[in-house]
Amino acid sequence: MEEQYINLYQQYQEQIKGHAASVMNESRDASFGLFEELGFPTSKLENYKYTDLTEPLSIEYGLNLNRLKIPVNPYEVFKCDVPGIHSYLYFVLNDGFYPVHDHHNDELPKGVIIGSLKDVAESHPELVKAYYGKMSLGKKDGLIAFNGAFAQDGFFMYVPEDVILDRPVQLVNIMRSDVDFMANSHNLIILEKGAKAQLLVCDHTMDDVRFVTNRVTEVFVDENASYEHYKLENTHIKTTNLSTLLIDQKTSSNVLANVITLHNGVTRNTIEIDVDGEHCETLLCGMVIGDKKQQVDNFTSIIHNKPNSHSTELFKYVLDDRSKGGFTGKLYVARDSQKTQAYQTNKNILMNKTAKMRTKPQLEIYADDVKCSHGATIGQLDESAMFYMRQRGIPEKEAKLLLMFAFTADVTENIRIDALKDRIKMLVEKRLRGELSKCEGCVICQ
Amino acid sequence: MRPIPNIMLEIKDLHASINGKEILKGLSLTVHPGEIHAIMGPNGAGKSTLSSVLTGNPAFEVTHGKVSFYGKDLLELPPEDRACEGIFLSFQYPVEIPGVSMVNFMRTAINEHRKYNNLPPLSATDFLRVMREKKELVEMDNKLTNRSVNEGFSGGEKKRNEIFQMAMLEPRLSILDETDSGLDIDALRIVANGVNKLKSPENASIVITHYQRLLDYIIPDFVHVLYDGRIVKSGTKELALELEKKGYDWIKQEVDKK
Ligand SMILES: Nc1ncnc2c1ncn2[C@@H]1O[C@H](COP(=O)(O)OP(=O)(O)OP(=O)(O)O)[C@@H](O)[C@H]1O
Ligand SMILES: [Mg+2]
Repeated sequence: MEEQYINLYQQYQEQIKGHAASVMNESRDASFGLFEELGFPTSKLENYKYTDLTEPLSIEYGLNLNRLKIPVNPYEVFKCDVPGIHSYLYFVLNDGFYPVHDHHNDELPKGVIIGSLKDVAESHPELVKAYYGKMSLGKKDGLIAFNGAFAQDGFFMYVPEDVILDRPVQLVNIMRSDVDFMANSHNLIILEKGAKAQLLVCDHTMDDVRFVTNRVTEVFVDENASYEHYKLENTHIKTTNLSTLLIDQKTSSNVLANVITLHNGVTRNTIEIDVDGEHCETLLCGMVIGDKKQQVDNFTSIIHNKPNSHSTELFKYVLDDRSKGGFTGKLYVARDSQKTQAYQTNKNILMNKTAKMRTKPQLEIYADDVKCSHGATIGQLDESAMFYMRQRGIPEKEAKLLLMFAFTADVTENIRIDALKDRIKMLVEKRLRGELSKCEGCVICQ
Repeated sequence: MRPIPNIMLEIKDLHASINGKEILKGLSLTVHPGEIHAIMGPNGAGKSTLSSVLTGNPAFEVTHGKVSFYGKDLLELPPEDRACEGIFLSFQYPVEIPGVSMVNFMRTAINEHRKYNNLPPLSATDFLRVMREKKELVEMDNKLTNRSVNEGFSGGEKKRNEIFQMAMLEPRLSILDETDSGLDIDALRIVANGVNKLKSPENASIVITHYQRLLDYIIPDFVHVLYDGRIVKSGTKELALELEKKGYDWIKQEVDKK
């Protein structure tokens, strides 16, 4: 499986590098070497126990290493209107940042840079160099190494000291291709001291072909900065989404990450939050609604390297049909990280006997004065609540829906953009009803 | 001349079991519109089982017998249809449903009833008006209706909420399963008043209770003793007084002698 990609790299590395910025090329060979050594992860690896990529990676995919233009303008075809949310809207089309044709870059607060990672790496090499790969490079993870070898572009956002982004930023990843296609992209997000930003990432697929996306996102959140990361996955069943989110938090910073999978094929989210400062707040939430043969594995780690910080983690899954869920909650508290408070919850509902959930808390706590807890449950809908509702005249189907919706409510409550919260709740409800939950007016994400 | 009363509920030789264990062992009871039936009986006799079976709780299996409601075979209907036909159960142990708001729950329930009866959904303002009226009727606190269904409600608050829901849904037959237990004196009066205000010649109630006290407020036309899965004695409200004084032993002895 790896063979073809190794050959591809060896044969085309000049083109890959030629269409990428030198900051990213500096580590490219090293990443490739690491990939040669590691290969793609298999479910034999402890960290990939719940992810099986054998089938999706056995297919041959096209890659766009020569950065050929894709004849579609997302600004024209994409109308993702979250009513009331006035966002700065950007697109990554397959594996490349789509040039901003809107004028809203002029409206960005002073000093903020949002754009193509490749372009910014050329125009501001020092800025990118100081951050690019600082968390991802060298990680013993085949997917991250693969990304380091093949990614040529991605989304870039820089918010300078004390600047507050007045509107949420929306990044839409769109997959568009006539042939089975693989995209690698690298996103880099930098918040300087006291900066504030909200990012909403949506994943969409346009064509009825097989897709693999392998995206790595690095986020640096400096002292007193506040960052919210919402990810809404709404792709078709033939998509394999491999996503790595690495967040570094400095003193007194605040991070909320909320990762929602409404529809997909195979999903692997690796999320790692390094709490590298005192008095940090971290809230990591996620939700999965799975049916048919969908697979979703959220592999999360929160690492408390410094004392006096709080983290809360909450993941909820509703699984039906033959869908499979996996959750790993790694919590690491270093020896000197006293007074850490860390709470982890994973609750799952299986709608029938063929759906499967595997969950694993993994706590390594080396400090003694801490408050940590974890809890995982796998169950069915509450029978007595079902009967109570039916006794009031609510049909079984509707009662189930109300209970499932209630079950996921504490994840959707952790969306701090009201308009987005309402929209996502509506999408969740539609999804639970079994209706197509594409955004209204979104013509391309069927 | 009084018209021949039509039969609302007719239970004939009902047998029901849970997990293979027979609880109801040949129970018969007939209820006409306008009547109030009290059912008393020792713990574990099968009173709550009867209410569960009448409302279609899937945990119970009916092994024999017939139940009809205005001539319709009740046992054929799913629980939600029985509810929409007008059967309401005030649960002995109301269920907490975290995350489902009282308002949303009630709106859904009412509109499902209306849909069943080919009526359009209530408008938001009409719904809120009805909510307010019925809340006043049972003197229910706004705080409670703003929360999730029964979540964190005290025992008494849960019972009051049952009567509130009953007032909202205006059933033809209400089954009150120990609605009085856990209520303080004032609450008991309020709940009983609520029940009495909803009483009409078209409606009927089955009131399950352990205490004569409730029957001072809600005056029954009949009192039945349920023992070991059967109705073993029926009488008028004086029977309740007698039970209060003498307990169940004399009835048990009478039955066991046979
Ligand atoms: N899930 C169950 N499994 C086995 N037995 C059950 C179950 N539920 C009820 N029973 C039994 O059925 C019998 C009747 O119970 P039921 O709740 O109908 O009694 P009751 O007359 O309402 O009593 P109480 O006055 O205490 O409310 C009891 O012996 C009880 O233990
Ligand atoms: Mg009982």
